[in-house]
Amino acid sequence: MEERRHTSSHYEKELKEIKNSLIYLGALTEKAIKGAMKSLSDRDSELARKVIKDDDAIDRLDSDLEERCIKILALRQPTAIDLRFITTAIKITGHLERIGDMTVNIAEKAIQLNEVPQLKPYIDLPRMTDLVGAMIKDSLDSFIAGDLKLAEKVRQTEQVIDDLNEQIFRELLTFMMEDSKSIHRALLIMQISKNMERIADHAKGISDMVTYMVTGECVRHQTCPLAE
Amino acid sequence: MDADMIIRLKNVNFYYGENQALTNINMNFRKNKVTALIGPSGCGKSTLLRLLNRMNELIDATRVEGEIIFEDKNIYAPDVDPVEIRRKIGMVFQKPNPFPKTIYNNISYGPKLTGVPVHDMSALVEQSLKQAVLWDEVKDILNKSAMNLSGGQQQRLCIARALAMKPDILLMDEPTSALDPISTAKIEELIEELKKDYTIIIVTHNMQQAARISDETAFFYLGNLIEYSKTEKIFTKPDVKQTEDYITGRFG
Repeated sequence: MEERRHTSSHYEKELKEIKNSLIYLGALTEKAIKGAMKSLSDRDSELARKVIKDDDAIDRLDSDLEERCIKILALRQPTAIDLRFITTAIKITGHLERIGDMTVNIAEKAIQLNEVPQLKPYIDLPRMTDLVGAMIKDSLDSFIAGDLKLAEKVRQTEQVIDDLNEQIFRELLTFMMEDSKSIHRALLIMQISKNMERIADHAKGISDMVTYMVTGECVRHQTCPLAE
Repeated sequence: MDADMIIRLKNVNFYYGENQALTNINMNFRKNKVTALIGPSGCGKSTLLRLLNRMNELIDATRVEGEIIFEDKNIYAPDVDPVEIRRKIGMVFQKPNPFPKTIYNNISYGPKLTGVPVHDMSALVEQSLKQAVLWDEVKDILNKSAMNLSGGQQQRLCIARALAMKPDILLMDEPTSALDPISTAKIEELIEELKKDYTIIIVTHNMQQAARISDETAFFYLGNLIEYSKTEKIFTKPDVKQTEDYITGRFG
């Protein structure tokens, strides 16, 4: 979204810094998701603990970003595209912070799973991780470029993630029915899959906000398959 | 929908000598609404405001083309009395300009001058001051000079003075630009109240003020009407890039 520069260069700088911080926050969460999944597939609990610890940085940046956005609302009283940008930024930072929390959940489950024999080779979960990582990247790229097509692509991918989660759930159900000793591990994997699916929801939420930022229209609840 | 419109501009052009200040303006003002006219200095918004009650013709070498329809008649038609138009379409200016008279006489002066029969002048003075939310502050000093009032009070007095003429429309040209924030808030509150009975058209350089108090906003640039829409839309998702650039401070 190429804009003319503000008359106030300080204001221009503040908005640009918020954009840059969001990109950085997005990169941190992407790294956290990959780290959490790697800690599971490589059975590396040390890495999992690092992911949990690194979430503090995500939380701090989220609080800092929110504070800066609120300051701009109070002091600059933004309108039109600036108002939509700031409200979108507040929402996006919230989504990214929640994604950080989900990766902590995944890392915690990974630590538990790493302490017991592996139930099955992980095939769909790493695939899900790649797709979810790409969703976050695409949603943030769509935010930076105001790219509605990319935002739509993220929304489409969310359905793929839902299907994968469903598939993993069914597969693990079979394991649990066949061997009750697998229940604990299967439930942990299910929770990881569910967390991945929730991360995809947040990526979609970011894309919905991008659509709002560009068009001024709220699409958050229109793409829900349950919506009439 | 058309019945909601109190004043309609059709193909209005306006010239100061050779200089064209307004170009082909077509717009309708909605009854009992507050409409804000915004735009950078020299965009024609104050010129347009003054056109609406024929104040511009007090300036030499000006020329109007097109029609401004009020009560089914072009206000620039030769048989229309400009004084009568100015009675029905009152005006409040940037700087408070009370007459160097008592508070009471500031209000009663207009009705007396135009010869409009007033059954009970004291009642009219009280009613006008109450409408302008000034009564409680001045009811005991009605015979004191208006010049002793504070700036904010003087401006509300000017509004009361305009209201005493029982206008249909109130034009306001940056009515709070010379006032402190509290007086400004009082005038803004007053405008919200007044729109129940009057149509208000206000020129303001204060974008937040336009956003706060108006129902509709018109953005002017270089004598052209660029965008005219509901205020909420103008300030969240304007259709025209120029409007967005102006209200977000990306101009010039």
